[in-house]
Amino acid sequence: MRAGTDRAPTAAPAAGPRPAVGARAGLAPRRAGRRTAVPYLFLAPFLLLFCAFLVVPLAYALGISMFVERLIGGGTFVGARNYLHAFTDPSFLEAVRRMALFGVVQVPVMLGLALLLALLLDGGLAYARRLFRLTFFLPYAVPSVVAALMWGYVYSRDFGPLGQIAQWLGFGAPDFLGAKAMLGALGNVVTWEYTGYNMLILYAALQSVPPELYDAAAVDGASRWQVAWRIKVPLIAPALVLASVFSIIGTLQLFNEPYVMQPLTPMVIGSHYTPNLYAYTLAFTNQQYNYSAAVSFALGAVVFIASYLFLFVTDRRRRAR
Amino acid sequence: MRFRSRRLPALALAGVLLLVLVGCSGGGGSGSKTVTLTLWSWLPNFQDEVTLFQKAHPNIKVRLVNAGQGTPQYTKLRTALKAGSGAPDVVQIEFQYLPTFSTPGYLVDLAQYGANDIKGQYADWTWSQVSQGGKVYAIPWDSGPMGLLYRKDILDRYKLQVPTTWQQFAEQARKLHQANPKLYLTDMPLNEPGMLIGLMWQAGARPFAVSGTNVTISMNSPAVIKVLDFWGGLIKEGVVASQPDFTNDWYAGLSKGTYASWVTAAWGPVFLQGQAANTSGKWRAAPMPQWSATDNASANWGGSTLAVTKQSKHPKEAAQLAMWLMNDQAPTKTYVTKQFLFPTQRPILDSDWFAEQPYAFYGGQKVNQVFIEASKHVATDFQWSPFQDYVFSQMTDLLGQASQGKLGFGDVPRKLQDNLVSYANSQGFKAAGA
Repeated sequence: MRAGTDRAPTAAPAAGPRPAVGARAGLAPRRAGRRTAVPYLFLAPFLLLFCAFLVVPLAYALGISMFVERLIGGGTFVGARNYLHAFTDPSFLEAVRRMALFGVVQVPVMLGLALLLALLLDGGLAYARRLFRLTFFLPYAVPSVVAALMWGYVYSRDFGPLGQIAQWLGFGAPDFLGAKAMLGALGNVVTWEYTGYNMLILYAALQSVPPELYDAAAVDGASRWQVAWRIKVPLIAPALVLASVFSIIGTLQLFNEPYVMQPLTPMVIGSHYTPNLYAYTLAFTNQQYNYSAAVSFALGAVVFIASYLFLFVTDRRRRAR
Repeated sequence: MRFRSRRLPALALAGVLLLVLVGCSGGGGSGSKTVTLTLWSWLPNFQDEVTLFQKAHPNIKVRLVNAGQGTPQYTKLRTALKAGSGAPDVVQIEFQYLPTFSTPGYLVDLAQYGANDIKGQYADWTWSQVSQGGKVYAIPWDSGPMGLLYRKDILDRYKLQVPTTWQQFAEQARKLHQANPKLYLTDMPLNEPGMLIGLMWQAGARPFAVSGTNVTISMNSPAVIKVLDFWGGLIKEGVVASQPDFTNDWYAGLSKGTYASWVTAAWGPVFLQGQAANTSGKWRAAPMPQWSATDNASANWGGSTLAVTKQSKHPKEAAQLAMWLMNDQAPTKTYVTKQFLFPTQRPILDSDWFAEQPYAFYGGQKVNQVFIEASKHVATDFQWSPFQDYVFSQMTDLLGQASQGKLGFGDVPRKLQDNLVSYANSQGFKAAGA
């Protein structure tokens, strides 16, 4: 009770800055009602589609993830059992571990390259800057399925160009689609696809760095290298963090590339090579729709935790500076 | 795009909704005189035979849909069957997937429409694959009794004999690879569980016995172990290649002569002709090597049937369509002459024109004779599991691990057995190991 009475006086001044709005509303109460409805009316088409194609399916998936439906004998409610199973399922954990390894190597390489290219373009070192910008970005415009098909051809041992060149030179054909090289080969495809996209994000961020800083640095006698490392990179750090988070999410959800390459190397890319591939197999091969939904949500949780951890660490580090 | 391919359940739901909508627009018209049936099949130029049917049955209209070859079609079919609408009246199903669809009760028993009357016109083993007791769940279409295609020129050059037993096959494989390390007697595609099961079938394995919801699984039987040990051993020795099949590298291997033979099925000869045209005249066909010199056993790999789904509003006409297409003289002949399917129908298997046909690609050999003979030696008591997708996917996964050395080939049967039994039990079957 006391809390309530305590709050009352503070609430009054809080409402203070808004009398103008309140007064106007008081003059035309009917119109105000219509006015609050209008934004929702404009939002309605979006909200409707958003609900129909995101909220409802998600709720549905969450719902079925708590059941077990058998081929024989129908369904039963099992609560969180599918989730407990998922987080102790060696296949799911192996897939997550594989993608973690993939991400630890591929994401820094890709973002490093993207940063380098963005700095080169921004530093005015490149001729025909627009042409280069477009060229670097082009792979992103290629649908990932097409990209994976194309690289699958490049990688194939007897049929692909690399294998043929190697054989012509007298080396053994490299087995890019073999068990040892596969993850690296996939990383190369993903890097090829997304470096340009990330470069564009970083380049856009570089464009918004105030030019006075460069003038000041020039007056102080800073080298180009120092300008890049001491001014540009720290100032675009938020964009780098954003690109990293997108890449972490993308990595854990890797699906198209391994799915398209699976027929080329079915012995290496098994049914649980990536977490999403595993969810797909569970649903459409094993007919374990419920468990597949649980694995999808479990993956969502892993993605959330990984992104959160990354943000937490980078935020702490930035504050420490 | 890797950011977007998430939320599979959502996609599945959207798919279901779509199929429901599609289902609503189709069908109907049961009151009128003409009946419209939907037929799903991926056979190229199938419209030719369907048109023949429509000419003979003016009151039945057929809408032919290609819903994808194999797995993609089964995924759509299963979604529609689960959703309760949107499935076709008549659908192409391969032999190995029939129990997967008949066990949950999705298929119409065609015996009530007289299917058993035409039983005698099919190769025995094909009929036993489509029926259970007196019930008939599909009508056989084409088949793939197994045999061996080999490069006569390569075997001659290295003075090798055509192997008649698997022991000889292994010896010839070693000799060939020793004489020329770039060549392999064959490629064993470990990604091809259908072929491997064929080889186990030939060796006498009967991995599944299904009766109602009781499933007996014997994937670690001596016959399975024998087959996997044999091929795993040759792969480990390095005298047999183990590239996945139907990939560009594999086609290149066949046309360049890297593989001197192909253990395949009756649909193989014409298929190979299209893929390795530059090697015309150099190939020959032989019966499958045997496990003992006194045996004469083949097995089956591939082949399809037509089945009628329980969702059909006109099961009688649908059964009529399936039986006519699979049994009438005109269409069954064109499958063989135009689409190059290997028949299941006795009138064709027994006819001279089919047996006597020479193939220039095989140096004029009457290749069909080899496979007609093989068709007579396919064991009739072989059964598939009611969850064949899972079996195939587990085989590919475990053999993949074995080929990477993460698992011994000898460990595969036991692990496979364990996984299958626990999956079957979790799906509500009463599963037992044998």
